Amino acid sequence: MSHAQAPKGALAKLLIGASLAFVALFLVLPLALVFVSAFAEGAGAYFEALADEETWSAVKLTLLTAAISVPLNVVFGVCAAWLLSKYDFWGKSALLTVIDLPFSVSPVIAGLVFVLLFGSGGWFYSALSAADVKIIFAVPGVIIATTFVTFPMVAREVLGVMEAQGSDEEEAALTLGASGWQLFTRVTLPKIRWGVAYGVILSNARAMGEFGAVSVVSGHIRGETNTMPLHIEILYGEYNFVGAFAVASLLTLLAVVTLVLKQWVEWRTARAARGFEGAPAEDSLEGQRALLGGAP
Amino acid sequence: MRPALPGFRLTLGIVLLYTSLIVLLPLAALGARAGELGLSGIWAVVSDERALRAYGLSFGAALVAALINAVLGLMLAWVLVRYRFPGRRLIDGLVDLPFALPTAVAGIALTAIYSPKGMLGGPLAELGLQVAFTRVGITVALVFIGIPFVVRTVQPVLEGLDPSLSEAAQVLGASRLQTFFRVILPALLPATLTGFALALARGVGEYGSVVFISGNMPYRTEVASLLIITKLEQYDYEGATALAAVMLLVSFAILLGVNLLQRRLSRGLT
Repeated sequence: MSHAQAPKGALAKLLIGASLAFVALFLVLPLALVFVSAFAEGAGAYFEALADEETWSAVKLTLLTAAISVPLNVVFGVCAAWLLSKYDFWGKSALLTVIDLPFSVSPVIAGLVFVLLFGSGGWFYSALSAADVKIIFAVPGVIIATTFVTFPMVAREVLGVMEAQGSDEEEAALTLGASGWQLFTRVTLPKIRWGVAYGVILSNARAMGEFGAVSVVSGHIRGETNTMPLHIEILYGEYNFVGAFAVASLLTLLAVVTLVLKQWVEWRTARAARGFEGAPAEDSLEGQRALLGGAP
Repeated sequence: MRPALPGFRLTLGIVLLYTSLIVLLPLAALGARAGELGLSGIWAVVSDERALRAYGLSFGAALVAALINAVLGLMLAWVLVRYRFPGRRLIDGLVDLPFALPTAVAGIALTAIYSPKGMLGGPLAELGLQVAFTRVGITVALVFIGIPFVVRTVQPVLEGLDPSLSEAAQVLGASRLQTFFRVILPALLPATLTGFALALARGVGEYGSVVFISGNMPYRTEVASLLIITKLEQYDYEGATALAAVMLLVSFAILLGVNLLQRRLSRGLT
């Protein structure tokens, strides 16, 4: 960072000006427009649109979806990061490629694969209908498709953190007689908590905002299988712009909170890396002290 | 000898089971259904005029948007790393907005801005450029979606770039432009290319941000992902499967190709 400088010269000013103009037009303007459009007919119309029963059921389904898919991917992500950072085994790079696959699959295809699996004519369709279980055009489909699109996010973040930190403290704890579970909860978990938090923040935003994949599997049943983004599409299609932008404003607030939290976690991580309080080394020392049964 | 950490079998079991259920099995279903159709069956769907137009639009718009993003992303990363000016941190944070903002929200907001009655769409329409409900609008949405990919891959490389390199070039008599094009740009090229490929791959399959601004006219502004949805809504699962299989193969090929190219480029530098 030592080569950063105050802008001097016409070229620097031109580049900064162009960047500012791009950010203002492409990023700030859409953000501002959501709120301007949501309040276009006043605060009364805004809150009336939000108080709508179908809006609430969409909010609830969105929260439910994130509440199931994010924890599932956290458990998987931490396991995958542990597996890929601590051991060498045959097929490791192939496994990593498979874990990354959902990143390169179009959201629409992410929905389609579950229709082919569980929908009529799908591999599991007759078994499911015999048991009277509905997945496609029902809530389970929404949750599964969301889990697919957010699948690699926590794993990727935590893997990066674990690889950067190495396994020295874990190995030390092992020689000191820690069990696997103690090792994980008292040494590893404190070390990776910010990485996990980062992954949770990002995958939660994606889970709540997913549109394409969910659109394919949900069936758009109002009050039942509509998530917030799908509800926005319906309101928009009915020319109910205040309603659409009112629901959109909630998701935009979520995006802004996500960005702020993300910056905060990055700041914490950078501070920890520079060796202030909360540094990884100190955290794991605490962990080892706790492990040995002594007070800090 | 270093002690082996416990948990190999447990984590391997969990990861393999979960990955198989959530990722492999569904993708295998797509592969198997495409296999049932056979090459001739897939070709019959894919070679249809409407499908070809949709593919052309999806790949064409994604390519143009990724090229724009490569240039703008390089510029943004440069400005964020090399200059200190008020508001820099705010802009740095805002670059991630397209990652955090749901695509449907971006879609309706961009449509409202660029529609013929919109804030920017109105003046642009008077100048004779209609943005919303045309290919230009689709490209605008894809530029929005793709910009963080290039900035976030170039930024760390630029931060790690040794400043003495360009100083040496200038001491040796290179002009500032020569320094940029001969010294700095080659070092940033692999990262720029990665960002370009990620933006391209994302753009090809994009749906949420595009579907509102595109107008969705068959043969003209209908992207491939929308055509897949249209086929699904008509319960034409075979057609949707064939379209999706080809789209997926091309996306994988793009990513693979750029990975190989990137490896060669970064090897050439070291």
